[in-house]
Amino acid sequence: MGERLDRSAGIAEPGTTQISATGGRASGPSHPVRAINRVFHGRRRLGAGSLLGAPLGWMMFVYVGSLLLLVVSALYRLDPKTQKPTHDLTTDNLVAAFKFWDPDVWPAVWVFFRTAAVAMLVTAICFVIALPVAFFVAKVAPRWIRRGLIVAMLMPLWAGYLVKGYAWRAMVSPAGGRFAAAGQGEGGFLESVFGWSPGFGRTAIVVALVYLWLPFMVLPIYAGLDRLPPSLLDAASDLGAKPFRTFRSVILPMLLPSVAAGSIFTFSLTLGDYIVPQIVNNGQERFMFGTIINATLGAPNQPLAAAYTLWPLVIIILYLVAMKRAGAFDNL
Amino acid sequence: MSTTPTPAIQLVGLHKAFGSGEHEVVAVESVDLSIEAGEFFSLLGPSGSGKTTVLRMIAGFETPTSGAVLLAGRDVTHSAPYDRDVNTVFQDYALFPHMTVLQNVEYGLKVKRVSKAQRRQRAIEALENVRLAEYGRRKPSQLSGGQRQRVALARALVNRPKVLLLDEPLGALDLKLREEMQVELKAIQRDVGITFVFVTHDQGEALSMSNRVAVFNHGRIEQVGTPREIYDHPTTGFVAGFVGTSNVLSAELSAELLGAAKAHSLRPERIRIVDKPATGEISVAGIVSDVQYLGADSRVRVDLADGSHLLANVPSDGLVGVAIGGSVRLAWSRAAASTVAESEPDSEDPNQIGGNQ
Repeated sequence: MGERLDRSAGIAEPGTTQISATGGRASGPSHPVRAINRVFHGRRRLGAGSLLGAPLGWMMFVYVGSLLLLVVSALYRLDPKTQKPTHDLTTDNLVAAFKFWDPDVWPAVWVFFRTAAVAMLVTAICFVIALPVAFFVAKVAPRWIRRGLIVAMLMPLWAGYLVKGYAWRAMVSPAGGRFAAAGQGEGGFLESVFGWSPGFGRTAIVVALVYLWLPFMVLPIYAGLDRLPPSLLDAASDLGAKPFRTFRSVILPMLLPSVAAGSIFTFSLTLGDYIVPQIVNNGQERFMFGTIINATLGAPNQPLAAAYTLWPLVIIILYLVAMKRAGAFDNL
Repeated sequence: MSTTPTPAIQLVGLHKAFGSGEHEVVAVESVDLSIEAGEFFSLLGPSGSGKTTVLRMIAGFETPTSGAVLLAGRDVTHSAPYDRDVNTVFQDYALFPHMTVLQNVEYGLKVKRVSKAQRRQRAIEALENVRLAEYGRRKPSQLSGGQRQRVALARALVNRPKVLLLDEPLGALDLKLREEMQVELKAIQRDVGITFVFVTHDQGEALSMSNRVAVFNHGRIEQVGTPREIYDHPTTGFVAGFVGTSNVLSAELSAELLGAAKAHSLRPERIRIVDKPATGEISVAGIVSDVQYLGADSRVRVDLADGSHLLANVPSDGLVGVAIGGSVRLAWSRAAASTVAESEPDSEDPNQIGGNQ
């Protein structure tokens, strides 16, 4: 980096002297901003470097660095006596975590597939709900309502994650549950108002996750629809396509990148989530894969837990590659 | 004209307002129009004059607030676009970016369940007609503006509609390409013989291509006629100023010079600079305030005693003795000036030196 800067400075030398020879006398030293401008003039790398250096460094350090740390810590040997990771490197943890033929690993594999299935289900439900909502906001609602609806879509993001988790617990809490609202009968909100509740369990997990991640599907689809030129819809109709045909042959294919972008959020966020599922599952079952990682961490076996995190990491990387092919990043 | 067969398009008392209450904007007001089958008909006017809204109501993208749209005698005022036998070439072309050129052209036939072999053949023919046969496999993004425009044309014409609507289709092209496409469009219209309704703000385009022109201003039709009628006998001051360049003589000046207290329109090319007017000619003296060299002709601006000015187009080699600040005598034949109704001036004020050529 330093060498490159030196070289570009060397190239710019003659120009620099020339500028200070002519313009410098008139107003040079008295204008510090001009002096700074002169340093950057014609040196694009220096300019880009000083603009992006800090944020890029932060991204490298925090995001890539922590991922690398995860991989490295999966290689640490656990001291059997102290139960603490040592800095001796070993592949034992990785082998243990990826030993799919070992029946001891099968329960974890089963939980992992279940988690991936929940992530796909949540993504699919989010898509089915988000599409008409986003379409209404982007293409049907009058302009003055639109802004209010966008705020309404974003509003749930203002509330804390745990707050929303416990809110859903209070919603689905079954008859006689701990969160029974005082004076409202025995059960939680749904039980006391509608007389029915899914109770704690798998349905509640999916419902709560859909609620949590829905805005992340609605927003990209809304943005995609907003970008869709209205003349394309007119053109399809003009060429004889009825509304459903227009939707199938023009809107949906053009929305594919937006749907892919939204699904990256809903899929990966669900895949990694285990806290809210625990909350609305009354802490009964290790339903999501994250609980296994968490339990391994608390075993305590931090290196093995780190090795287990590579499972979802691999899946998410594969998913990102597939979505890249689908064009999810083409117009971000 | 009333004895001719059913017109291709009839607009009856067409009215369109957007918004409501105090935000209401009237886009089109009491438009009555009858377009014959096979005509090349232009809707001409400045932006915001309502011409595109009229086109969109014919296509079915907008529903009139009141009034009716009849296509070949059938009332389609409330029919959806897919139930109308018209096709549109959009201003931004509106090609489907995720489809190839061939798929774009085939789209209308596919929707109408034309067999695969037949629609492929018709689409290829349509592309050949616009000289793009080799481009079928490309995506619209890989084409130039002029090529996209021709694909849009092929995509509309392949359906063999009774009426083709064109919404400023040449607006985005550069001058040379635009002139080529004007000739090409006119030739295609002659070949296929269907009715073209052409929206444009370019008066030269409207005059050179159309059988008839309707001039729009503030949502109303100011005049309907052949290009020659519109140019030679504009009926309002707006038409006189918007179509070509014109001098609009106020009622007072007309009373003084022509003996008729009504506003008149006078084309600059009908005015001569003379030493002495011929008998029967109208003549006025003034001071030259500007001379614009335009090549073969020059445009001379002459300030009159009453504070108004006249523009005169005179041959450049007849400019000897004409200098800014000098006095000249202008003359024109009595028939050159025609009466016009005073109309609301347009905000764009086209009646300026070098304004609309």
